[in-house]
Amino acid sequence: MKKRSVRIYYVSFLLVILGFVLFLFVKTFNDNLLYYRSPTQLVDGNFPENYIFRIGGMVEEGSLVRVKGTKKVRFFVTDFDNKMLIKYDGILPDLFREGQGVVIRGHVEQDYFVAEEVLAKHDETYMPPEVQESLGISEKSKNKTTQSIKQ
Amino acid sequence: MIIEIGYIGYFLLLLGLMNCMLLLTPKFVSGLNVSSNILLSASKLHFPILLISFICLVITFVGEDYSLDYVAKNSNSNLPLIYKISAAWAGHEGSMLLWCVVSSFWMFLASIFSEDLHKSLRINFLATMGLLNLGFLLFVVATSNPFDRTMNVPIDGSDLNPLLQDFGLIVHPPMLYMGYVGLSVVFSFAIACCFESDFKKEWAQWIRPWILASWSFLTLGIALGSWWAYYELGWGGWWFWDPVENASFMPWLMSTALLHSVIATGEKGMFKSWTILLSIFTFSLSLLGTFLVRSGILISVHSFASDPTRGIFILLMLLALIGGGLIIYSMNSKKFVDDNEVTLFSKEGFFLLNNILLVTATFTILLGTMYPLFLDVLGLEKISVGVPYYNAVFIPLMIPLMLFVGYIPILLARNSKNSQLIQLVVILILSIILSLTFSVNSILFFIGIFSATWIIVNILYDVFFSLDNKIKLKNRMGMYFAHFGLAIFILGASISENNKIEKEFVLNVGESKTIGLFEYKLEKLSELKSVNYDAIIASVLVSKDNQFITEINPEKRLYHSSESPMTEAGIHGRIDRDLYVSLGNMIDDNKWSLRIYDKPFIRFIWIGTIFMIIGSIFSIRFKKKSS
Repeated sequence: MKKRSVRIYYVSFLLVILGFVLFLFVKTFNDNLLYYRSPTQLVDGNFPENYIFRIGGMVEEGSLVRVKGTKKVRFFVTDFDNKMLIKYDGILPDLFREGQGVVIRGHVEQDYFVAEEVLAKHDETYMPPEVQESLGISEKSKNKTTQSIKQ
Repeated sequence: MIIEIGYIGYFLLLLGLMNCMLLLTPKFVSGLNVSSNILLSASKLHFPILLISFICLVITFVGEDYSLDYVAKNSNSNLPLIYKISAAWAGHEGSMLLWCVVSSFWMFLASIFSEDLHKSLRINFLATMGLLNLGFLLFVVATSNPFDRTMNVPIDGSDLNPLLQDFGLIVHPPMLYMGYVGLSVVFSFAIACCFESDFKKEWAQWIRPWILASWSFLTLGIALGSWWAYYELGWGGWWFWDPVENASFMPWLMSTALLHSVIATGEKGMFKSWTILLSIFTFSLSLLGTFLVRSGILISVHSFASDPTRGIFILLMLLALIGGGLIIYSMNSKKFVDDNEVTLFSKEGFFLLNNILLVTATFTILLGTMYPLFLDVLGLEKISVGVPYYNAVFIPLMIPLMLFVGYIPILLARNSKNSQLIQLVVILILSIILSLTFSVNSILFFIGIFSATWIIVNILYDVFFSLDNKIKLKNRMGMYFAHFGLAIFILGASISENNKIEKEFVLNVGESKTIGLFEYKLEKLSELKSVNYDAIIASVLVSKDNQFITEINPEKRLYHSSESPMTEAGIHGRIDRDLYVSLGNMIDDNKWSLRIYDKPFIRFIWIGTIFMIIGSIFSIRFKKKSS
């Protein structure tokens, strides 16, 4: 009898913990999923303002503009089909360069994207998998040569 | 001469492969223990073979043999000698070879120190280790051979990733691997126990030092990684809930659960079945971690170059391991009957709670890490799970655990109700004073400070009242050190997160800015030419109330060979506060954007982990003497 009551104690404790965690999980999990979009998907789809997600692609050659004397920058991210204007007030990562892959977290405002975080690829040979894929998709649809990507 | 050394290294790898097969012959071919001598000597011989092979790899790096593809990709003639050596394990192939060396080293130790185990257990134990070693080595030879030749030999190597040219990298991977692979000893032992008629208490006592040792290395490896990320990435964070970090944290949580449950098994013969299952899961998670990191499917600050065949190989090995392990376990688990039933208000009852919480926490992290991968594999969505998820799920699970940790000394001492009440009041007052001192403004950080004080005061109280009982103190020393370290860690994490100041702004040379208590002046910028990089060094003068305090020198480096710039943060570190300055981007000639962080007590985070490791070492020492 005593053994059983101890068991019930533990099982109910376990269930309470599990239920609690499940509740937290479902609630916070949904709140914190960051979706990834390419510029083309962004142009096609509608996004509510203040909805935070990630966008990736190449930094368009010659598009980087610094607002003089401040750390504010503007540049275009492209998947060679469509491009998106990015505005960022912050420090760009060391490996940020025109013509190379980036992933940016932020939200849409009017017709541009406000970046909260800019991640550049981590080493010379690495390209974020998502960027590679979204570039690959538009490559097929438009039959662009790979040369423009490899520049 | 050097070219031959590359061949010798490769030859030794193949020899190691042969040796592993030889090791397994008596067990699996004849099915009988015809000659366990072969197994015993082969399991000892494996380590020297692989060690020499690894030394050969290091020699090819030092000797600049760029006909080896791996050397050509990860080294450069301008690299300082120390980084030429450490580059041997900086890339994928070399680090996997290091993994094998570490694995053979653990097998070597297991073979030497298992003499007191009875024969069938020992043979099954070493045979399982041999099988794992064979798998790892097969992986290296088949998919990641560091001794592969390249057809077009470059004149010079393409350099080591500048981020990895750092002391942290030299020690971080070997320590982490010692931890990961050390758990394979525990796994193999658990599998071997499944073939016995019972899981004896003495065996649980026998395996505990191995768990503690692997756990210590894992802790050290993770702490070093966190420290490296803190000063090297230039973002000033110490934990990012990055998938690669999670990959090392999951086995850590599981092995923490394991090293508690195994005490109950060793002392009272409880949780036998559970301890074995936990051993299997713990090592599976460390292999999963390797799979995640090495397959390149993760999107992470640590992302490494990817090769699908490698991922598939590790995945298959993982499936064989978990699948095989679980099948063997489920066929035998009925044999393990606990000697005692658990009661709630006992040490063992607390271990059970500890295990429930830790395992639950591990699975929430596992879900957050794996769910995006599943969606990706199914081609549904590309998502990532944000940091707030982990904080919201993980921290609430840890709060009750911390309260239990603090209650342990009271539980053991069985104090009277009155003294418990006095303790609680003292702790509450202390934590309120601390919270006011650091102007804590959120309930979460108050809970952090409270649980840290709760743990520390309860430990000190018990130590103070058992000063005359040396044996008791000695037995509890390890636990107290480890738990004290945990409290220090919580204190550091809570105060540094609560009181941190993080600012980004633009400064002209000569201009200054006040942040928090300190004034920062960008005094000058100077250039430096080093062997393999050029640098711009800023001189930032820090003062408080017009009193000069220190000069901080953050750098921006441009490495010659790869032309990738690197931020080298400047840190003025004291025990109670880190002032952290890193250079951002050049705006004009004399104008830079800067990051300035003020992080009080952040060092407690790493000091805490050092205490945990000391505690673990104490436990290894004293348990051995008593048994």
